[in-house]
Amino acid sequence: MLLLSRSIRAIHLAAVFRSGAQMDATKMRKTLKFEFSKDNQRRVKALLAWYPKAEWKGALLPLLDIAQRQQGWLSISAVQAVAETIKIDPMEAFEAAQFYTMFFMKPRGKYVVSVCTSTPCKLRGGDEIFEACKKALNLEHGQTTPDMQFTLKEDYCMGACVNAPVLAVNDDMYEDLDEKSLASILADLRNDKLPPAGPRNGRCASEPKGGLTTLKSEPPPPGYMMQKLPDPKTKKCQ
Amino acid sequence: MAAIVRYNLLTKPQIVAALPASLHVQRFQSTQAPPPGTPPPQTKTKFGPLADEDRIFTNLYGRHDWRLKGAMKRGDWYKTKEIVLKGADWIVNEIKTSGLRGRGGAGFPSGMKWSFMNKPGDGRPKYLVVNADEGEPGTCKDREIMRHDPHKLVEGCLIAGRAMGAQAAYIYIRGEFYNEASNMQLAIAEAYQAGLIGKNACGTGYDFDVFMHRGAGAYICGEETALIESLEGKQGKPRLKPPFPADVGVFGCPTTVTNVETVAVAPSICRRGGVWFASFGRTRNSGTKLFNISGHVNRPCTVEEEMSIPLKELIERHCGGVTGGWDNLLGVIPGGSSTPIIPKNVCDDVIMDFDGLIAAQTSLGTAAIIVMDKSTDVIKAIARLISFYKHESCGQCTPCREGIGWMNKIMTRFVKGDAQPAEIDMLWEISKQIEGHTICALGDGAAWPVQGLIRHFRPEIEKRMQLHAKRASN
Repeated sequence: MLLLSRSIRAIHLAAVFRSGAQMDATKMRKTLKFEFSKDNQRRVKALLAWYPKAEWKGALLPLLDIAQRQQGWLSISAVQAVAETIKIDPMEAFEAAQFYTMFFMKPRGKYVVSVCTSTPCKLRGGDEIFEACKKALNLEHGQTTPDMQFTLKEDYCMGACVNAPVLAVNDDMYEDLDEKSLASILADLRNDKLPPAGPRNGRCASEPKGGLTTLKSEPPPPGYMMQKLPDPKTKKCQ
Repeated sequence: MAAIVRYNLLTKPQIVAALPASLHVQRFQSTQAPPPGTPPPQTKTKFGPLADEDRIFTNLYGRHDWRLKGAMKRGDWYKTKEIVLKGADWIVNEIKTSGLRGRGGAGFPSGMKWSFMNKPGDGRPKYLVVNADEGEPGTCKDREIMRHDPHKLVEGCLIAGRAMGAQAAYIYIRGEFYNEASNMQLAIAEAYQAGLIGKNACGTGYDFDVFMHRGAGAYICGEETALIESLEGKQGKPRLKPPFPADVGVFGCPTTVTNVETVAVAPSICRRGGVWFASFGRTRNSGTKLFNISGHVNRPCTVEEEMSIPLKELIERHCGGVTGGWDNLLGVIPGGSSTPIIPKNVCDDVIMDFDGLIAAQTSLGTAAIIVMDKSTDVIKAIARLISFYKHESCGQCTPCREGIGWMNKIMTRFVKGDAQPAEIDMLWEISKQIEGHTICALGDGAAWPVQGLIRHFRPEIEKRMQLHAKRASN
């Protein structure tokens, strides 16, 4: 009986942890502790070396990103930990974190599916891809499934417009989609498998489909068409 | 975001220097030889297609090895030491001779921009910041460079950094490009290991570092001062100019922000010579350029072509034509989302370069061509862009924050036709009130597509309003 009530309590607690949205800031700071893991501490140290010592706050975005990757989302405790690392005011860090769209201040799904519906993607069926995602995942823009597997986002531009329509899952981009390839990607994700990224219509990167129009020959060797660079020293001697 | 710079924000000496080179040429022709760094006059009258041997980005499609070994086989890092040893003046002069203009959208002459950094130092370090925050709908050229030719960019950083006496380069890449950032990071690590950058780079005695900085999803951070703010760990909100970044930039030090493509072509220009680069394209528009052609074409692709190539030839040759044939074309957005749309009759003979597109009341921008055929709802396509700008406005300046939201509301009604014809003029007025009244050029970028739509597709908007009124009265 005790065991049962404990396990129920554990489920309940897990739900609280996941739905950070229901917590206010004070409660979140108290209940959710955040500390960089060993691996990440090493990463943080390496990153800080890239910035002048007086300007460590420049590392804010990369550090927030590391924290988000560790926690899955960005809680206030994590923001505070980052602020302490680079010695800035926690509020300053929080303000910056809220400005950028890639930081999730609420718990998100394991797979964040962002569909581009900006004009170049829209022209090639981005809207249909988004509708299909909505239907398949039973989500609206910005919502997360109750099992915390999927978050759906309607995004503006992924920067892969010649490969439209485009969909991004976390860090990977899936390009040249149609309904069929979308279904297979979603099926893979449901089985907790991340399919390989890239175009889905058989072409390589951004080349024209069905035969190259340029770069058909081997690249020229080093020094091809190189102009004469007289050595500055010998020039002086003459 | 494309680096759109307003010329009214430049200081007077900068404007004089940036004026059409032809003015200088005419002045000097009568009396003496042109000064060093003047591009040779163009004698060609037909431009494009480009021969394979003249292409700079030989691994554009990633069919070859992008790592150091493969890159060296294709000629990267060849005699970089000799080039760096030639010194800042030589490199700047070579870039000036090439006539290279910034590839991020504004088209400011690069040689001149880099030479602004060569003022006598005051002890502060100087920085080169590479703008890889490519987020303008339609634009995806820098992505190809960073994932398939990263060593061109690393080498470009060293050469551009030497030209301005910088001690380090920060590459600010947009957060969504995770795999591209990872390729870049590997390339940088390889270059460090081979002694090509870092302490005593290439054995020249010159110390130069290259760092990556990932953004976190804000289009506005592509504006140069917003990018600097973001690099300093703040919200990406553009700064007021002056002071210009060349005086007070990142971490309070002199900084130059340049586009990826501009930096990546610099080594090839130094190797083959500015005169070679200037032999492509019309005078003042010289060079080769990466074009992204997306939308309603049979085979959308990214391709490197000569500047001043006619739009029609570009689409027919590399993209297999417009879907349904050239006559099925409705209009083209020629330079990324912030440039005004041009209708088919203009597209028929427009030339893809800075001056050719300005003559057609639009702009080259980043050379990201969005093609729309007759099946497109053009009002909806532009409305989508406006909702993008509304989403990305940083909210600092009232005309942009309130104005774009207002334009978005009107455009949403225009899509349905639920409006009065007089509102078209009102929308034009609002867009004119936004343009030029904000700190950065995002407001301008949002106003121009609307102006382009009204300029060329006014009958279409009116027709839809009549249809809606008719339906409502029935």
